Amino acid sequence: MRITCPHCGERDRREFYYVGDALAIDRPEPDAGSDVWNDYIHNRDNPAGVTRDLWYHESGCSAWTVVTRNTVTHEILDTMLAADAKEGQS
Amino acid sequence: MRVEGKGLIDRTHRVSFNFDGQQISGYAGDTVASALLANDIRLMARSFKYHRPRGVLTAGSEEPNALMTIGNGAKQDPNVRATVQEIYNGLEVRSQNAWPSLNVDAMAVNNLLSPFFGAGFYYKMMMWPKPLWEKFYEPLIRRAAGLGGLSVEHNEDTYERAWAHCDLLVIGGGPTGLMAALTAAKSGLDVIIADEDSIMGGRLNAETHEVDGMSGQEWAAKTVAELQAMDNVRVMTRTTVTGAYDQGTYGALERVAHHGNTVTDLPLECFWRIVSKRTILATGALERPIAFRNNDRPGVMNAGAVRSYLNRWGVAAGKTVAVFGNNDNAHRTAQDLQAAGVNVAALIDSRTDAQTSGDFRVIAGGQVTDTTGAKGLSSVIVKHAGGSETLDVDCLAVSGGWNPSVHLACHTNGRPVWNDSIAAFVPLANMVLGLLPAGACNGDFSTAACLQAGINAANEALGELGKKPVDQSVPQAENASYNITPLWTVPHKGRAWLDFQNDVTAKDIKQAAAENFSSVEHMKRFTTQGMATDQGKNSNVGALAILADATGRTISETGTTTFRPPYTPVAIAAMGAGAQGDGFAPKRFMTSHAATIERNAPMIEAGLWFRPSYFPQAGETTWRESCDREVGYVRKTVGVADVSTLGKIDIQGKDAGEFLDFVYTNMFSTLKVGKVRYGLMLREDGHVMDDGTTARIGENHYVMTTTTAAAGPVMRHLEFVRQCLRPNLEINLISTTEQWAQFAVAGPKSRELLNDLVDDPINNQAFPFMGCGDISIGDVQGRLFRISFSGEHAYEIAVPSRFGDALFRELVNRAEEMGGGAYGMEALNALRIEKGFITHAEIHGRITADDIGMGKMVSAKKDCIGKTASERPGLSGEHREQLVGLMPLDKSKELSGGAHLFERTAEAIRINDQGYTTSVAYSPELGCWLAQGFLKNGLARHGEVVRLVDHLRDKEILCEVCHPVFLDPEGGRARG
Amino acid sequence: MRFSALRVLKEGLTGNKGWTAHWRDPEPKDEYDAIIIGGGGHGLSTAYYLAKNHGMTNIAVLEKGYLGGGNVGRNTTIVRANYFLDGNTEFYSHSLKLWENLEIDLNYNVMHSQRGLINLFHSDGQRDAFARRGNAMINQGDDAVLLDREGVRKHLPYLDFDNARFPIYGGLLHPRGGTARHDAVAWGYARGADQRGVDLLQNCEVTGIDIENGKVTGVQTTRGAIKAKKVAMVVAGRTSQVAAMAGMRVPVESTVLQAFVTEGLKPVINHVVSFGMGHFYISQSDKGGLVFGGDVDFYASYAQRGNLPMKEHVMEAGMTLMPMIGKAKVLRSWGGIMDMSPDGSPTIDKTHVDGLFLNCGWNYGGFKAVPASGWATAHLMATGNHHDTATKFLLSRFETGYSLLDEEGTGSQHNLH
Repeated sequence: MRITCPHCGERDRREFYYVGDALAIDRPEPDAGSDVWNDYIHNRDNPAGVTRDLWYHESGCSAWTVVTRNTVTHEILDTMLAADAKEGQS
Repeated sequence: MRVEGKGLIDRTHRVSFNFDGQQISGYAGDTVASALLANDIRLMARSFKYHRPRGVLTAGSEEPNALMTIGNGAKQDPNVRATVQEIYNGLEVRSQNAWPSLNVDAMAVNNLLSPFFGAGFYYKMMMWPKPLWEKFYEPLIRRAAGLGGLSVEHNEDTYERAWAHCDLLVIGGGPTGLMAALTAAKSGLDVIIADEDSIMGGRLNAETHEVDGMSGQEWAAKTVAELQAMDNVRVMTRTTVTGAYDQGTYGALERVAHHGNTVTDLPLECFWRIVSKRTILATGALERPIAFRNNDRPGVMNAGAVRSYLNRWGVAAGKTVAVFGNNDNAHRTAQDLQAAGVNVAALIDSRTDAQTSGDFRVIAGGQVTDTTGAKGLSSVIVKHAGGSETLDVDCLAVSGGWNPSVHLACHTNGRPVWNDSIAAFVPLANMVLGLLPAGACNGDFSTAACLQAGINAANEALGELGKKPVDQSVPQAENASYNITPLWTVPHKGRAWLDFQNDVTAKDIKQAAAENFSSVEHMKRFTTQGMATDQGKNSNVGALAILADATGRTISETGTTTFRPPYTPVAIAAMGAGAQGDGFAPKRFMTSHAATIERNAPMIEAGLWFRPSYFPQAGETTWRESCDREVGYVRKTVGVADVSTLGKIDIQGKDAGEFLDFVYTNMFSTLKVGKVRYGLMLREDGHVMDDGTTARIGENHYVMTTTTAAAGPVMRHLEFVRQCLRPNLEINLISTTEQWAQFAVAGPKSRELLNDLVDDPINNQAFPFMGCGDISIGDVQGRLFRISFSGEHAYEIAVPSRFGDALFRELVNRAEEMGGGAYGMEALNALRIEKGFITHAEIHGRITADDIGMGKMVSAKKDCIGKTASERPGLSGEHREQLVGLMPLDKSKELSGGAHLFERTAEAIRINDQGYTTSVAYSPELGCWLAQGFLKNGLARHGEVVRLVDHLRDKEILCEVCHPVFLDPEGGRARG
Repeated sequence: MRFSALRVLKEGLTGNKGWTAHWRDPEPKDEYDAIIIGGGGHGLSTAYYLAKNHGMTNIAVLEKGYLGGGNVGRNTTIVRANYFLDGNTEFYSHSLKLWENLEIDLNYNVMHSQRGLINLFHSDGQRDAFARRGNAMINQGDDAVLLDREGVRKHLPYLDFDNARFPIYGGLLHPRGGTARHDAVAWGYARGADQRGVDLLQNCEVTGIDIENGKVTGVQTTRGAIKAKKVAMVVAGRTSQVAAMAGMRVPVESTVLQAFVTEGLKPVINHVVSFGMGHFYISQSDKGGLVFGGDVDFYASYAQRGNLPMKEHVMEAGMTLMPMIGKAKVLRSWGGIMDMSPDGSPTIDKTHVDGLFLNCGWNYGGFKAVPASGWATAHLMATGNHHDTATKFLLSRFETGYSLLDEEGTGSQHNLH
């Protein structure tokens, strides 16, 4: 598996650390309530298909990257810096 | 029998090797199989289950029968295919899975019992009585397990792993692959062409066809030479592409040094990770047998393999040969044999309309119904329109048709489709993204079609890579049609083999269907069909055709089992190359490592780091003596310890304080410059992630320390918070763990020691407890932190790593002059337990701030990572196990870690479990063992007596529950 | 048909013509008393125990592919009861007891082999952590022995005691741990359930869950609508998709776990050996193949196949620990889809929909749980109450924080296990 780091270009998967659903970047407000927090920390869409997840270029430039990926085919459709993804949302 | 004037062997170069104690002579270029056949040796192995005598079936890596063990001692290599192993002088080859010998195998008795050993028999018996399974039945089965054996010695051979990158990977060096590589290379692409064989050419080396007016063998050699002359082409022989993975990554095994004992500086094998932009699959096709009664005798071979031995190795597989087939291709075997002067008894073609194709007898509409010959074929019984007759032959060449080698194309879950015209499965393009199947593996069976397909595939790849197509002319070659009328099995009474190695017969498949194992996966798993070392390459299609018939479905409806990597088996040593011994993980050494070793300290591992356990002195016989002495240094004079393994993270920027407030439970933005604070960090799930001290060394500059174990995870976490949660904060982070060597100088005389050393002496005003600042030692600029993990007046002094060795030696020397010295992990542990400090033995991932009595450290004034989740009701309260200290009532008792805690008289069973111990140490100060542990509602139970039970070490000890801080609870010593 | 040595003998003498189907292939009925979605190990054992323990025989198992085609047929076959957290201990202990009588109970030889499991440790700290585990096992009534280095050497002389990257300090021996023939477990339960009247419906994919007024009323399938007042989702690997049909978003991420088998070799590894520092575990099958595995591939996947980095890592671990396996050749590697839960432990619970039950989140440890999981799920479905051995596998634990079952201590949030 090869992932294109927005900084470094295409690299082997073993340079990256994986942390799951990119919803992790949308941390709720402290008072958002237990349902929201439970959804944030525990519940997942976990799609069989296209998903956005977070990869950390740990053995590289340390960029946290949002990867748009297909969980069935392992196709990688897009990568962007998490910070940019967050900016794009707000 | 050797045939004159044929083959690619070097007849000027005799080679001799040993097979089961017998010296065998062959030529350079021979495989074990070709050399044995040349010496008229047909019995080469025994089957797995029935121990049937077996000869060689194929001429390639798909061989199911002729598996052997080569080498001795640690070099012993089991299950080597005789069809792949090239011979060299001194090669030692032994047959396997036979006792006492290949010729007389006692386990052949299984063959007589075969009516009781049918598909899945073991699921239906040996259940009673239960204890007999492990004691009797299973040992019986295990005695019969396996084919070859491991030496059980540590591996002594060298293996390697390597990376290669290319624009185009061509898998297979037959006509398709060679043409594809040549075409693509001419456009300037970086091309890798890999083939599992020792020479490129594929079937061209096994056939007699001409290409461009020269023999196929010559054309292949010429083309390979052309490729090798190009700088942008890498030709990899003896290299099997074993698996297709994501984004154009392929695994490949190169057998570097299996073919000779002369080259010693090369690894035995190299496992390649090849990354390609586009890949052409040109893996050809494999011939399949036909199931008929006793079709497994030595001498019954695939027809294409018989041609291979003849044309590639100059070996006639028999003196009198019959050919049995259902397709045009089988005729070539009869033609080639006859042309080479071998007696062709008959060509038995199951098709009633089969035409005469040479000067030999053709039995149209005939079928082989049985064979004879105890340890080698002696005759075949043929049924035809005129009745039944027996042909005396010592070789039967069988062709049930050809299966395109679709395996790699299916490695990412793609399923091949059934093609009626060739009665075989073919792949689709892009089943593996970027992989283009071409040639025989795509269902093109003539040489001309393969050559053309190679050019087309290359041009398609060029187009996809944005290059212009290459106008490559197609060499002249045969373009014979391939006609086949499927014949899977000849109606019969006896056993007709499908999976030769696992002894799965057509009957077994039918029985599986009768027992409703009608899914192809069920059939496979119930009968073990296709689970042998060839993974069904020879037999799967035939088996599922029989299953389809037995269940009234088409082959297409029945489907295939899943194709999985590796294509051919790969040694664990190859894929794990470099990891043997200490190569598995990096070793991290502190700057004091050499000095520590010089002091004879036994080193222990802390994650990847090596740290001293203790520093023994003459006359000390146990680690405890050394440890107690070292604890004494710190408590009474001064001790020195290397603490560089702690993670150090440099945090700078105007929002650094705000950032730390968010990652720590407590406040850091309020910390004054020149001060250090203990911090507690939670995971977002509300549990403790790590702890440590963070110093503010400038207005916008903090230095964080983490525990040794959590250095990496904390760095990753901080980057996550910085980039994903708080990208607007102005901060930067960098790990400086390896840039600074840091030493604890601890004990009542610590300041005295330091003041002898640093340029400007320090005092309690400039460096109060939890103070920090810069210091200098000559030209060396360092940092000093007045922090303590022992409860004593202590410092940690940090200097750039290059000065670590010198400083450590200097500190230890000076400490020794003052009556102290170096201390190791054991003493460090005892010191911190006496003081109630925790490590990851306590904050083991399931612990909350509340559990360790630090609930109040979660600041109510601000949000922080993990705060919301930590407020869940389950994460605090009386039902939790909380940190306590434990002291034995009987001070002579030695406590143990991992023991469980019970009420005084309660039975030591789960429902009474109250907690457990995490760390223990002997306290010289208190004169007894101490423990830290977690006890249900422990914060409220100080003073209570509990029973420590360690079943494993046979301990039952009454202990008093204490506050975890056993020593100097007011902390006066550290401040002094 | 009852299986026995006598039966095998008789059939052998009469041409093996008398064998009958292991299970029927019935047409779906319009309605059942209960439906189990998922014909894997847990679904089949649930059906079996519903029929056997609770007399519920008008039930069906709905399987979209073939029986036992999920993780029960693609694991490394390890059976053990070596957990240490309250909530897990009693459950796996119960499971092991069921395993120990499974052949007799099912009249099917699942080849449960109690050859002993050894977990190696490599430091004093790890020894204490394993001691805590071993003591918990004994507190539960199971067995554990703490071996020192020489003790390990006696059992596993072929380990590289001198050069392995992480020195071998000792091991925790679980004598009753071992392996079983994975497919046979699925088939044995399937046959047992079928014999008790359970309809096993293969190639029957659930496409919808019918809910009226907060109560489940049945399911939609590729073979038509089927009514039932009780429906259990027992579909590890597809939990999120099936649960979504009931409007649920569950605490599961799907990850691939690879496993490996070598060519057949003469017996050399007689235990199950687990090397935690290398995330490596290995045993040798009765057929001779070394069966081993490692850690998950660490990314969300439904592909049932893995990638090279983890494969190589697993081989590396094998080579540092026991370099004598170097010349064993990997024959096949495969992947299963794991339901990874935040704390690494499963869920057996009711849902917000009346009559709808959820069994999921087995992470990489579902195989050994098959008997007790089916037992507990059947109990919950039949009685409405959690079985005594499975009271803590609650969906609500993540929200409340009570009884989080984080055996590894890596956290109760995703992607840490």
